[in-house]
Amino acid sequence: MSQTRKKLLVDPLIDNNPIALQVLGICSALAVTSSLKVAFVMALAVIAVTGFSSFFISMLRHYIPTSIRIIVQMTIIASLVIVVDQLLKAYAYEISKTLSVFVGLIITNCIVMGRAEAFAMKNTPIDSFVDGIGNGLGYGLLLMCVGVVRELFGAGSLFGIVILNPVSDGGWYVPNGLLLLPPSAFFIIGFLIWGLRVWKKSQVEEPEFKIQTVEDH
Amino acid sequence: MLSEKKDNIFSKFKKLSIDSTPKTILVAITLCLFCSMIVSLAAVKLKSIQQENQIRDKQKNVLQVAGLYSEGINIEEAFASFEPRIVDIESGLFTDKFNPRTFNDLKAASDPLLSVALKDDPASIGRRTNYATVYLLKNNDGTIDKLILPIHGYGLWSTLYGFVALEEDTNKIFGLQFYQHAETPGLGAEVDNPKWKAQWKGKKLRNKDGDLLIQVAKTSGPSGYHIDAIAGATLTSNGVNNLVRFWVGEAGFKKFLTNFKIGKINVSN
Repeated sequence: MSQTRKKLLVDPLIDNNPIALQVLGICSALAVTSSLKVAFVMALAVIAVTGFSSFFISMLRHYIPTSIRIIVQMTIIASLVIVVDQLLKAYAYEISKTLSVFVGLIITNCIVMGRAEAFAMKNTPIDSFVDGIGNGLGYGLLLMCVGVVRELFGAGSLFGIVILNPVSDGGWYVPNGLLLLPPSAFFIIGFLIWGLRVWKKSQVEEPEFKIQTVEDH
Repeated sequence: MLSEKKDNIFSKFKKLSIDSTPKTILVAITLCLFCSMIVSLAAVKLKSIQQENQIRDKQKNVLQVAGLYSEGINIEEAFASFEPRIVDIESGLFTDKFNPRTFNDLKAASDPLLSVALKDDPASIGRRTNYATVYLLKNNDGTIDKLILPIHGYGLWSTLYGFVALEEDTNKIFGLQFYQHAETPGLGAEVDNPKWKAQWKGKKLRNKDGDLLIQVAKTSGPSGYHIDAIAGATLTSNGVNNLVRFWVGEAGFKKFLTNFKIGKINVSN
């Protein structure tokens, strides 16, 4: 794999993470991270959709009229999402029941649309595919990080395997119920972004406004 | 002459810019046709597997409501211990008109020949089927251990489909479970919460005088007949209350349950 393609794949993981740096796709990150299994399947679904939608949109990019380009992109994304939804219903029925509405909502995930519009419309299909997969992986990575915290401390388990035996089953751990509710993901993502920016100083944004000190009259 | 003109139109069209109206329309139509073909292909090809999943899910829920389900068991094998029978709700007796293995409850509920329109309709289901599949779980000596009835009705957003398992003289609830609904996650969807479902176990439907007392309500009710409503989900709770009372009531399985109790129904088959 050439250097640029590798960069396309690896960059969105940490240096240009779609959730942590671009702050896209937050809504689904709040909704599906209360259990790792669900987060994992959701991540796979998003990786597939971003990769293939970028690929197809890039293939058609010379034929897409500018006036309807967003609609064309949405149509392609929506078709892929429906196919993914149908596949999940056929081969992962239990999980598709838990994911329910959120698979359909991949259509509105800003990451997919963002990559189509920002990258796939200007680059070759293979590059776009790699870029899509990379961004999907970046999304998935953050989903898993949030999911580990939420499931471990909220339910005392990881992937459904009990790690901290909760009190309700006669153990010692009192699960933190807040972590199972969507708002907790806000805090966790906030802390993750903070931590990431302490580590990678280049991600810190310049303040857009500065408070002016008023001189004495 | 004609072909020349055709050529002209064709080459003219070819020369048009991508952003011109005719080409925009062409792209839009082609894309829509292509995408709809892909989507319908996926839906049609996977339908049989999805339906199988749904059936298995329903069987799993029958097992769960009877307390026979544990992780990793062979659902089909375990389900074989249940005996499905079709009940004629009007007469309250079993009927052999249909094959219980192939009878489709959902279809029957909307078939005008097999269902009746309801005037008094607390469960908001519109039509009530005349024939419903019930599941019998028998003891080794042939007596009935549990009787599982299908129930459904409207909650807040969706129709809830589920089962209620009755035991002893069919007046005592063993469990209640919904296998399909689209209530709000975290609020109405708490009908799936094991803690809430556990409340149903051991509750009675009717008192000695035959008054229907089972209820889901916020205020406390007669002990032994009262289920606490779900906090933050008043309308779903009301829906569950209505649908349970409807299906065990006059318009529902009451006749069948009474026949069962007085031994009018021969279960030994």
